[in-house]
Amino acid sequence: MAQLTISPTPGGAGDGGGRRGIRRLIGPIAQAQGLPKWLLWSGVILTALFVIMAVFAPLIAPYDFAQYQAHGHTFPKQGAPGAGHIWGTTVMQFDVFSRVVYGARTALEVMILAVIFSLVIGVPLGLLSGYFGGWLDRVLVLIMDALFAFPYLLLAIVAAFLLSGILGGGVVTAALAITVVYIPQYFRVVRNSTLSAREATYVEAARAIGAKPGTIITKYLFSNVVQSVPVIATLNAADAISTLAGLGFLGYGIQPTDAAEWGYDLQRAIDDAGAGIWWTGIYPGIAIVLAVTALTLVGEGLNDVYNPTLRRRRIGKVILPPRALEQPIETKGDA
Amino acid sequence: MPTKLEPQTAGEGAGSDDVLMDVRDLEVHFALRGGIVSRFTGGPAGAVRAVDGVTFQLHKGEVLGLVGESGSGKTTLGRALLGLVPATGGSIRYAGRELVGLGERRMRPLRRDLQMAFQDPHASLNPSMDLQTAIGHPLRIHGMAGSDAELREKVTGALERVGLAPVERFLTKFPADLSGGQKQRAVFARATIMDPKLVVADEPASMLDMSVRAKIIELMQGLKRELGLTYVYITHDLATAKFFCDRIAIMYLGRIVELGPTAEIFANPRHPYTRSLLAAVPEPDPRAEVSREVPRGEVPDAAVRPAGCSFHPRCPKAFAVCGWEGRDLRALLEQRWTELTEEAYLAESAQFADLAALDGQVGTVTVPAASGHDGEEVAARLRRIRDEQTDEPLWRGVTDIAASGTHATVVFHAGTDPTLTETGPVEVACHLHDPQYQSQAPGT
Amino acid sequence: MTEPVLAAEDLRVWYGTERGPVRAVDGVSFEVHEGETLGLVGESGCGKSTLGRAILGLLPRGAAMDGSLRFKGTELVGLPRKELEGMRGPELGLVFQEPMTRLNPLMRISEHFEETLKIHEPGLGKKGMKERATEALRHVGIPPSRYDHYPHEFSGGMRQRIMIALTLVLRPAFMVADEPTTALDVLVEAQILRLLGDLRQNFRTAMLLITHNLGIVAEACDRVAVMYAGRIVEIGDAREVFAEPQHPYTRELLASTISLHTTGLHSIPGAPPDLADPPAGCRFHPRCPDAMRVCEQREPVPVRLETGQVTECWLHGPADRIPENGTEPLEREAISVADEA
Repeated sequence: MAQLTISPTPGGAGDGGGRRGIRRLIGPIAQAQGLPKWLLWSGVILTALFVIMAVFAPLIAPYDFAQYQAHGHTFPKQGAPGAGHIWGTTVMQFDVFSRVVYGARTALEVMILAVIFSLVIGVPLGLLSGYFGGWLDRVLVLIMDALFAFPYLLLAIVAAFLLSGILGGGVVTAALAITVVYIPQYFRVVRNSTLSAREATYVEAARAIGAKPGTIITKYLFSNVVQSVPVIATLNAADAISTLAGLGFLGYGIQPTDAAEWGYDLQRAIDDAGAGIWWTGIYPGIAIVLAVTALTLVGEGLNDVYNPTLRRRRIGKVILPPRALEQPIETKGDA
Repeated sequence: MPTKLEPQTAGEGAGSDDVLMDVRDLEVHFALRGGIVSRFTGGPAGAVRAVDGVTFQLHKGEVLGLVGESGSGKTTLGRALLGLVPATGGSIRYAGRELVGLGERRMRPLRRDLQMAFQDPHASLNPSMDLQTAIGHPLRIHGMAGSDAELREKVTGALERVGLAPVERFLTKFPADLSGGQKQRAVFARATIMDPKLVVADEPASMLDMSVRAKIIELMQGLKRELGLTYVYITHDLATAKFFCDRIAIMYLGRIVELGPTAEIFANPRHPYTRSLLAAVPEPDPRAEVSREVPRGEVPDAAVRPAGCSFHPRCPKAFAVCGWEGRDLRALLEQRWTELTEEAYLAESAQFADLAALDGQVGTVTVPAASGHDGEEVAARLRRIRDEQTDEPLWRGVTDIAASGTHATVVFHAGTDPTLTETGPVEVACHLHDPQYQSQAPGT
Repeated sequence: MTEPVLAAEDLRVWYGTERGPVRAVDGVSFEVHEGETLGLVGESGCGKSTLGRAILGLLPRGAAMDGSLRFKGTELVGLPRKELEGMRGPELGLVFQEPMTRLNPLMRISEHFEETLKIHEPGLGKKGMKERATEALRHVGIPPSRYDHYPHEFSGGMRQRIMIALTLVLRPAFMVADEPTTALDVLVEAQILRLLGDLRQNFRTAMLLITHNLGIVAEACDRVAVMYAGRIVEIGDAREVFAEPQHPYTRELLASTISLHTTGLHSIPGAPPDLADPPAGCRFHPRCPDAMRVCEQREPVPVRLETGQVTECWLHGPADRIPENGTEPLEREAISVADEA
């Protein structure tokens, strides 16, 4: 009992369940102070810009990503930034700015798919493995640790290679390749949380009232275990973008005719760099860095905000008002 | 002011149909995972015998208290009765069925009748479920509520029964919005909503403040009256047990050492452990005499039980047949050395080799002498100590002290484990009350 | 009467939180003399643990302390941290509640002692330190042969004894024991209490024993201070307070305690107040069965009674400070379960 127990304020009209859940999420964010707050908000703003750019690509980009001519005349080859092409053109006569904008869209699509796939597979596996233990747990942990041990880019390349044989080289293939790499992350985090939550008294109470394992997992464990998942998901998203760029750079990603992709553009820009043509490489490069950084900031910011051990509440300085000291009054007998 | 309920007179003449649960020789052993070697060889490295042969009958409508300190096995026993912890031996008969060995799936429908209230109110409720869902959940699980309206009605009834009124205020609250006492009430609401026959209450009030404890006990009494419940009340607090229970079982290291009606146990405790427990309860009355008779030592490790009677190392009244062994001699010497002056301690301890050699020896125990000393010195020293310590129970169990070369030999009387036997209105597991050994017992 | 070892006068400890200042200790005065044990009793949330920590300067950041706390003449409030740290150990000792978690599992007991002695008594050599340590251990009943063992090799009760030995090895003049037996079984608790009593006699250490268990107070304390919502509502000789409690809260607390002689249940309605926003006037008035009108309007004033107890309750006057009609019973709503602790 080292903590000060502050009795909860009784009363207050019944809170709606949903509203309360949201309040639990928003609360810490609103209370955040100092560095975590700036991290979080700058990340959110950058990410929002990225998402807007991706969603409204057709409206923002002047040209299509594989367009090499307009209004009758073709675009210059490796033209410097100037009128008509604010960021110049590539060796294939594509507009750099448009390719960067459409690249954002590709990145967003792949990222969302990859995160969803990983979540949908990794989280349930973690829950089951953590709750049931036994041979299922051991087998899964073995598999996941093996996946973890692989250098992630190598794994993604292998997966992309294998999948492109089956599905062709498109957005979904890239997403799936990245998924494989991240399932162990969710699995591990969720399994660990489940292992400790499993020992909680309320879980035993659930067994005591006769709940089946399925009910226990979904109704008692799930919501208490997934708190760390959003943080992992954002970091996962950041990593997905850089992996996608890596795959594209190495040529295992998406075909240039299917979609614009930053990594692929970077690879193409290597030759240009020697010739002093800087605009084909810089802009896609900056886009990758900013997108990854934005998501990482959101992830780390969320972590600092939600993680109770890292959270530092603002403790204001307390000023004690002066008091007149009351000496005990001598009295004869009691009133 | 609610007063103590009239104790239930346990099944006199009512025969076996008054018995709710019949427990015989129940055992719950946890295998220990041993060191590296035993992991390779696959052998178990001993077991913790949390519950080690418990027999009793639970009568309908009574409150049976399981009283003991930590390590007594009372919590494990409570959980084993409900099948939350698998029993490894013995039998539990309920409603004509054998519960030991019943799989989890077949146990589930029985959970309607056998419920539990846990100790920590802050951890027993799912933090992400509001009260309405949490308390109604048992009904949903067992398909006992038809429509939503019916469910809500039953939940409202349960909340009212435990005193969480006005009900509308509480239905949508989450556990984090409630105080400790309110949470515990909610726990009881959840446990009783299915109208169970038995509720095992595991220290339900011990984590609450004094001023609230009474409320929860009051609640339990009320529920018992209204629903005709039978309780197994697990606690280490003798005072609440005395107030609330009809019969009490005192547990020590996995066994019941004394079992009988509350009044009898408190008026006339027979087992030395029961006596010490009673003497040790702090009374909020400064003028009360504080007994200086506190048994020495602490509850031993359940993985390495004392020989013979588990309580003998601490018992002030132990005698020859209680199961003395090498370990006890070591403890005696170490304790003695804390009471001597520095010089005396050094002089004496120098004669003995490392006392760790004494652990694990029973019967004829070899006490090795340190290098530079011989067995005769050690034996002489031991005899001197024996003559000094006239009150020490251990020496009653020593039949001979001899010497040979590098070590002394101490021969202990063979010890036996007492079993729970009827002695008047109670059952006691103690050689002092065993007619077979009573003649050897020292005058009380 | 000799100079008290520790004397607090109008001591206040407030924490800052988002909701405003929490008045954990709000104007507390007491004295502890040499060889005396003062029991500080109260329920959870009354501020007793905060008070214990305040005496040792172990308050977290964001806590402000004012008033006076004199230890052997030295004023502790406002003392620079370094000086206070120097006093912690040789002058001020602390025994915590959970001995299991307070000893470093990676350090042997010998290393624990050496660490303490090295800082505060650097003159002792290794041999000297071992002598001091084994002597302290002997006083608490731990055999010297176990000096080199690790904490996990001892049971809970023995670990608490080791903690007590660690505190006593420096012979502090004053010791705070914060719920030292709450985590222990009743027989071990009795052993530890007996030990504390013996040590008190041998070493004349003044002690503040913080607990919520009235039985322990009755057994082990010379004087008792009852704390409620950050204030000491009654303080006096233990025998007097238990026999004739002057404050309604003390009375209710005693009545609510279930002991071996209890024949009927009793509880106090409602819950202890929120320390960030305590009730106006007397803090106990919403739950007090004897509340009067004045109790809601004015904070009671400490009154020293004939018996020696000091209590703050309008039932004991002083009559000249109570306004017209102040002594009439207070009307208020019944407290429902929704507001209980």
